[in-house]
Amino acid sequence: MTTHEAAVETHQPGSKKLFLWVWFWLLILTGIETFLAYLQLEPRLMLTILVGLSLIKAALIVAYFMHLRFEKIGLFLIIVPSLVFCLIMILIFVFPDSLRIVNLHTLHP
Amino acid sequence: MAESHIDAVAGAAWDGGVAPFATNTKKLGMWLFLLSDSLTFSTAILAYAYVRLSSSNWPRPFEFSPAVINATFLTFILLSSSLTMVLAVAAAHRDEVRKAVIYILLTAVGGILFVVLHLMEWFRLFAEGVTPWSNHYVVNGQPGDPLFGGTFFGLTGLHMLHVSIGVIYLCIISYGFGRRKFNADHVEVSGLYWHFVDLVWMFIFPMVYLMSVSLKG
Repeated sequence: MTTHEAAVETHQPGSKKLFLWVWFWLLILTGIETFLAYLQLEPRLMLTILVGLSLIKAALIVAYFMHLRFEKIGLFLIIVPSLVFCLIMILIFVFPDSLRIVNLHTLHP
Repeated sequence: MAESHIDAVAGAAWDGGVAPFATNTKKLGMWLFLLSDSLTFSTAILAYAYVRLSSSNWPRPFEFSPAVINATFLTFILLSSSLTMVLAVAAAHRDEVRKAVIYILLTAVGGILFVVLHLMEWFRLFAEGVTPWSNHYVVNGQPGDPLFGGTFFGLTGLHMLHVSIGVIYLCIISYGFGRRKFNADHVEVSGLYWHFVDLVWMFIFPMVYLMSVSLKG
């Protein structure tokens, strides 16, 4: 009896309708991205929008497809903040250097 | 005496009695693996961004049609295979074995289709003369940066390797679940892996393809 109750408790939340909606929105966002490539915006603006849209898509996949939204908050806290911290560290220490090389190219072609 | 001590400990969340994350160990292990794997991919993508940013002769070779259309179709395949995977997990938890196995196999077929179409694109590029160490493009009067091929085939190759491993993983899971050797938790954990592979493509697709569309005129 207790095992049966436990099985009911761990039953996955989220319905077929919800998953179809998430899939639908992921396709819409992909369509917008491809349309942006067709328009050919200025690269910096384009990159900003694309990274933003990709982060939204990643969040949708992690939250609904990977069920992280329905897990205990502790699981979220051991995974996401550490990843964000590592990425920020890489960005801070790596990118200024690549920009330095760009300036070298323009100053001494 | 000893037994009563174990009983007292077993009820406390941090003393081994109750799982602190309310998941089984397989799932926690897979999440931690995906955390480390996401760092592998992020550093690969950031390294690509670095060499591209610091290069003055980086080629932008992909025409909107067919290369970008093809990549968009690959994205569609992966997203749809994620949908069938999530439906497989739901069916597995409802104990609908047959339905779950069919959904898992559909997901694997999506993965195979992805790898085949992607490899066809690779071979088209090889035929054009683009290899991991050289290319035939001319940018600003200079030969195109050879790192273009290195990063392109490196990134998409690492991702393709993950998809291929995922297909094998899913086939094993569907076989085992169909014979009731695995339970719904195993299906769910394999689903986590598959969605992660999908997630990584959501970054590779815009960074590698959409940012490399050849400029008009």
